[in-house]
Amino acid sequence: MKVNVTVNGRAYERDVEPRTLLAYFLREDLGLTGTHVGCDTSSCGCCVVVLDGDRAVKSCTMFAVAADGHEITTVEGLEQNGVLHPLQQAFWDSHGLQCGYCTPGMMMTLVAFLKQNPKPDKHEIREAISGNLCRCTGYQNIVKAAEQAAAELSKAAEPQTAGVK
Amino acid sequence: MFPAAFDYLQAHSADEALAALAQHGGDARVLAGGQSLIPAMRFRLAQPAILLDINPIAELAYMREGDGFLEIGACERDAALEVSPIIASRYHLIADASKLVADPVVRQSGTVVGSLCHNDPAGDWPTVALASRAQLTIRNSKGSRTVAADDFFVDSFSTAVADGEMAFSVRFPTPSGRTSGSYQKIERKVGDFATASAAVQLTLADDGTIRDAGIAIGAVGPKATRVAAAEALLNGQKPTRDLIRAAAEEAKKIADPSPDQRGSAEYKREMAGVLVARGLVASLGRLGVKGEA
Ligand SMILES: Cc1cc2nc3c(=O)[nH]c(=O)nc-3n(C[C@H](O)[C@H](O)[C@H](O)COP(=O)(O)OP(=O)(O)OC[C@H]3O[C@@H](n4cnc5c(N)ncnc54)[C@H](O)[C@@H]3O)c2cc1C
Ligand code: FES
Ligand code: FES
Repeated sequence: MKVNVTVNGRAYERDVEPRTLLAYFLREDLGLTGTHVGCDTSSCGCCVVVLDGDRAVKSCTMFAVAADGHEITTVEGLEQNGVLHPLQQAFWDSHGLQCGYCTPGMMMTLVAFLKQNPKPDKHEIREAISGNLCRCTGYQNIVKAAEQAAAELSKAAEPQTAGVK
Repeated sequence: MFPAAFDYLQAHSADEALAALAQHGGDARVLAGGQSLIPAMRFRLAQPAILLDINPIAELAYMREGDGFLEIGACERDAALEVSPIIASRYHLIADASKLVADPVVRQSGTVVGSLCHNDPAGDWPTVALASRAQLTIRNSKGSRTVAADDFFVDSFSTAVADGEMAFSVRFPTPSGRTSGSYQKIERKVGDFATASAAVQLTLADDGTIRDAGIAIGAVGPKATRVAAAEALLNGQKPTRDLIRAAAEEAKKIADPSPDQRGSAEYKREMAGVLVARGLVASLGRLGVKGEA
């Protein structure tokens, strides 16, 4: 079955079996191995990608054929022209990762979340990533990174009114 | 594990979905958020020959209030309920539950109607639907029927939706007057199914007596169960500590839990009572009734 998807701004057309899960399509058909598979049973959040800009989905729990006509962002799509995305920079600065296995899913969950809620408090951040498991960090620094990224992103989104009062 | 092979169809309108269901009958399975069906297919607990994806049907992704109901379409996702000001202001029981179903990422795909159709004994929405007297609209290519929640949930993982049919929406009666509610859930961790749960909705009369009580328990039997005996005890009465205790006893009597990794049958039965009592106290608190209760 034909699938046409845009992944990280690039259009792809592939022929897949309907039962191909999106995570495997991204990793094996498109070679985008930044999306990790952890539990493979919808429980850990490792495989989260962003659909159409603002919806986080577990790519192990969606069929590739269902993504036909949609836009997908994976962790590979965050960095632009050699500049890290504010979330990536914040994870770096705050040591928001250790082994890095959960990191793509964490970041993509947060990308969607910060679109839905640009100025979250600590508690809301913790809620937002409550379906993403991390076995290394203890979450503290991930929350810190999310706070830094939220501040950075909302600064960038504010209209340029410097000097105007 | 990978699902067994299937044929994949997409419906882009309600009519297209109904035509496909009329053609394929029991061979076709509706795919909504996929958050229960896809895991079931991966474990080969479900092996549909044809998957009918209803996600592209934009006309079914809605939530609207009118004619005495809050109506939620088959493609409306859980995440929309969590941020709805209408739900936050008037539908307290639904508001509570919307934050406790699965985890936040699952809620960005899962649908309320899909969860009702799945009818997991530990699912959150069936319990809420029973306590709030919800109705489901079911259609096939020939017509439409409305089924009360009481008649919709047949047995574990089985509902009133027949082959060739699809659920189109769920309708929750708009609370009138002094109504509040509360959803109580014990879970081992975020995103887990309930160890036990209780849904409570109360409407008070002007004199402070309970005009209408809705009480249901979940995860403590083959399906979510309305505790009619507790409702009967409360209706027409002024809420008191003793009455709440008696209502909780009725929940324990009707609970029929199975032991599993989440707890023993004895523990779950006890919790069914505790959660009904907590739900009643929380609902009354929201209605400004404290002290005695
Ligand atoms: C990690 C995880 C944790 C979860 N935790 C919870 C939890 O705590 N509480 C809880 O209640 N649920 C939980 N769930 C289940 C989740 O809420 C599901 O989204 C929900 O139960 C099913 O909704 P869906 O839209 O995904 O339906 P699907 O998975 O697409 O479908 C479920 C079933 O309903 C049928 N169906 C769907 N829509 C229709 C329709 N319109 N007409 C007829 N039949 C239809 C399908 O054919 C299928 O048999 C969890 C899921 C996951 C993956
Ligand atoms: S790999 Fe998808 S949720 Fe764990
Ligand atoms: S950094 Fe290792 S699992 Fe999160």
